Amino acid sequence: MCGIAGLIHRGKSSNVGSEMTSMLQALKHRGPDSTGYAVYGQGKDDEIVMRFVLAEQEDMSKSFEMKDVVAERLELVEARLKQHGVTVNSREQVTDYAHRFTISQADDMEAMARHIEAIEGVEIMSLGNGLELIKDLGDATVVSEQYGLNSFQGTHAIGHTRMATESDVDIRSAHPYWAFPYNDVSVVHNGQITNYWIMRRQMERFGHRFQSNCDSELLAVYTAHNLADGVSLEDSLRRSINEIDGVFTYLVATKDQLGMAKDTMAAKPLVLYESDNLIAMASEEVSIRAILPQEIDTYDPYDEEVRVWQA
Amino acid sequence: MASVSDNELNEMTQEERVTALGMRTDQLTGRAMAIEFNPDEEERFEYPWAPVVDFNKRTELDVDDMTTTEANEKIRALMEEGYGTIVIKNPRGKHSLGVGILSKLNMIFEGSLGYFGIGLIDGPNVRVNGRVGWSCGENMLAGTVIIEKNAGSTFGAAIRGGDLVCKGSVGSRTGIDQKGGTILVGGDTGALSGFMMQRGRMVVCGNAGKNLGDSMYDGTIFVGGEIQSCGVDAVEAELTDLDKAWLTRKLTQYDMMPKQGVDHFTKIVAGKQLWNYDNLEANEKKLII
Repeated sequence: MCGIAGLIHRGKSSNVGSEMTSMLQALKHRGPDSTGYAVYGQGKDDEIVMRFVLAEQEDMSKSFEMKDVVAERLELVEARLKQHGVTVNSREQVTDYAHRFTISQADDMEAMARHIEAIEGVEIMSLGNGLELIKDLGDATVVSEQYGLNSFQGTHAIGHTRMATESDVDIRSAHPYWAFPYNDVSVVHNGQITNYWIMRRQMERFGHRFQSNCDSELLAVYTAHNLADGVSLEDSLRRSINEIDGVFTYLVATKDQLGMAKDTMAAKPLVLYESDNLIAMASEEVSIRAILPQEIDTYDPYDEEVRVWQA
Repeated sequence: MASVSDNELNEMTQEERVTALGMRTDQLTGRAMAIEFNPDEEERFEYPWAPVVDFNKRTELDVDDMTTTEANEKIRALMEEGYGTIVIKNPRGKHSLGVGILSKLNMIFEGSLGYFGIGLIDGPNVRVNGRVGWSCGENMLAGTVIIEKNAGSTFGAAIRGGDLVCKGSVGSRTGIDQKGGTILVGGDTGALSGFMMQRGRMVVCGNAGKNLGDSMYDGTIFVGGEIQSCGVDAVEAELTDLDKAWLTRKLTQYDMMPKQGVDHFTKIVAGKQLWNYDNLEANEKKLII
C-alpha cells in the first residue's frame, strides 16, 4: 500500500511544490517510510538541472569520517563532470548529502550519468531541463522543508508516499524513479509487479541498468526504453498493461505530459478530478480535497484505462 | 454429542438449544455477543441498547476539524441525546464515516466520503450529496443508502440486506460476495461486478464491465446497457413480468427510471454448473439437523 498523487495545470504555472506537499501529507497514512516528489518547472533549454545524493541518510550518522568521505565524493563528481566537458553554472547544497547543480549540456549525457554513478554511494536523482526529483525518508512536510519545496513554481508534479514492502527503507528504493537515462521522465507506482525478474532480465539484455531491487524501478526503465524507441507515452502505457503482470496503478510525467495507467483488474485505487485548467489525481479522495476544498466531481478510472494530459 | 430429545429441546431457552445442538460450544461475550431476535415479539428489530431517537429532532455537525473516530463518537453522542436527523457537513473525503450504526437514524452527508463509508450499518437511512470512495456500505444489514454522485470500487461488498443506491457510476467489483439486499446503480459498473454473489439483486442501468457475475452462486443481476463479458457460470435468463414489475417499482422509488422503461434490461443468473452450495441462512439450517 503506497500513496500516489499527481497534478497538472493546463497552460499556466503554479506553486506545485506546496500543492503536492498538501496532497502527500494527506496520504501519509498510506506510506510513512519515505516521500518523493517529481516537480516540473520552467527550465531553460540550454541548462540542465542535476540533483544527486552522495550517501544514504542513515550512512551519515554511521561514522565521523562520513563528512570527509562525502566531500571526497563531491570532488570526484566535479572532476568527472569536467572530463565530459560540462560546465557547472550553479551549485547548491541542499542537505549534508544532497546537492543540486545546474550544468551545461554534455555531448553524451548517458555516458556522463553512468560515469558519475560509478562512484560508490553516488546516485543521480534526476537530470533534465524541467524535472527536479526529490526523495528522502520522512513525511511530506519534513522532506518539503528540508529541500525548500514550498515555493517551487511549475506546471505539473507527481508524488509518492512509500510503505516499503519488498525492498529496503532507503533513498535508493524510494519513489519517484527517474527513467534513466531519458531526461525529464519520472514514474510513481502503487502495486506489485509479479513478472519483475522476467521483465528485468529482458530490459538488462537491452543494456539498461537497475539501481535497486524495487519493482517500481522496472516501470521507469520500461517507459524509458519505449520512449527511446520512439513510442509515444500513451502507447507505452497501453503496451505496459499487457506486458507487465500484477496489480498496479502508475503515473508517468514527462516535460510537458502526465499519464496514468491502471492494470486489468483495477485492483489499485486512483481517484480523478478533471477541470479545464487543473487535473488532479490521487490514491484517495482526501488528498484531492486537501487542495480543492470546494465541492467537486471526482471518479474512479476503470480497469485497463490509460489517460494522458498535456500541460 | 449426546442426543437430545425433541421434548427436551422444546423446554430449553433459545440459547441453550443452540448450544445443545452443537452449533455453538463457547459462551460468547462482549462485542462478539450474538443477539437472538425473537420473531414473536413486536419490537423484534431493535437492538436492546439502541437509543430512542426522534426523526423530527434535527441537528448539524461540522466534522472538518475532527478525526474519523471523533466524528463517529460525536454521531453516537447525538443519537444518545435523541437526535434522529443528523446533517454532517464538510466530510472532505474522510474515511470510515458513519460506520456501525445499528438503529434507525436519518443521516445526510453534505460532501464526499473516503473509504469504508457507512459500512456495517443495520437500519439507518443515509443520503450522501457527493461521492464515496472504495467499499461504501460494506457488510450493511438493513437500511437505505443513497449516493448522489459516483462511487468507488467494491461498492456494497458482502451486503446482506437493505437498499444501496448510487445515482452515478461505480468502480470495479461492485457487490462482490453479495449475500442479500439490493444494489442499484444509475450509471456504469466496472469489471468483476457481482463476483461470488450469493443472494440478492443488483441493478445496473448503464453498461457493465468484463466478467460480470463471475462464479456467482445465486442472486440476480439486471443490466440496462451493454455487458462487456459474462464471467464463469453467469448466464442470461428470461426477464419475466414479475422482474419487470419489481424493477419498475424499485427504480421509480429512487427516481432512477430510464426513459425507455425496463423492457431492455438483461437478466443474468447463475448457471449452477459450479454448484456446491445451499442458500440457507444459519438459523434455517438447524431445522434440518
